[in-house]
Amino acid sequence: MSTLLTDEHKAWIGHEAPPVQVEVSRRDIVKYAIATEQVLPKYLNGGEAPPMFIFNLFGSLKQVSEIRHDGLPRGSGGGPKLPLQRVMAGGTELILLCPIKPGDRLTGVQRIVDIFEKQGSQGPLIFTVQSLRVTNADGETVLEEIQTAIAR
Amino acid sequence: MQLSDLHVSDPLPEHNHTPTSVTLFMYNASVWNPHRINYDETYTTLIEKHPGIVIDGPLQGDWLAQCVTNWVGDAGGMVRFSYSNRKATHLGETLVSGGKITSINQASRQVTVELFVKNAAGEITSPGSAVIELL
Repeated sequence: MSTLLTDEHKAWIGHEAPPVQVEVSRRDIVKYAIATEQVLPKYLNGGEAPPMFIFNLFGSLKQVSEIRHDGLPRGSGGGPKLPLQRVMAGGTELILLCPIKPGDRLTGVQRIVDIFEKQGSQGPLIFTVQSLRVTNADGETVLEEIQTAIAR
Repeated sequence: MQLSDLHVSDPLPEHNHTPTSVTLFMYNASVWNPHRINYDETYTTLIEKHPGIVIDGPLQGDWLAQCVTNWVGDAGGMVRFSYSNRKATHLGETLVSGGKITSINQASRQVTVELFVKNAAGEITSPGSAVIELL
């Protein structure tokens, strides 16, 4: 029984964002590996990206003028403006088909799979579920992800 | 690591994680995440009413992934991974990641593990699971 989500919000379900292309650099992998305190040499020397390197890799890059008060870029979720604005990461499901390596030219396509509301212990919560399909320059699928963001 | 050496319920090595304001800054810079709840204490506590700087959920996801990748090393690769952030955690906390084997498929050489991040009270803040395929 939804009370916050309108038909306009629900109409975003199925919406696919334009493809985003990313060229993976060894330096970016090394930065991530250091920041997450990896221990395996293949990650620390940037020869391969740790699995969670994918987080926000295809996120929108907005100008400072487009940053909201909470620091997040406007429209960063790829979905509608929600009646609840305090957003936290909810979780991820990943299917890893081949490792990401420096020099990879990846294309990510994000799609809104679901938007729904639940009653939490401290009030209503809105869940936005997005899929991400990542392919390499040969068109092969590198990974598939389902990610959930929770607005409260 | 040999498949024949593994058994259901075998634990994965546990790791302690005590992020600092510096490591959280580095993490958020590396994933290009400007969300203020992960670095701006005044905003986080006064406006969003969190008790302190929030430790990124995806960073805890990374710790869960590391539990697996550090354990497996070059003996195989992770083919599936999932986690959810169930309870917020905050700067100053020491969290523990770990897990155990839940199933072993000899034919496919796949091992399924259940994963957790726990807080000092022993509450699981981020449960997860992974499937590893051994070479």
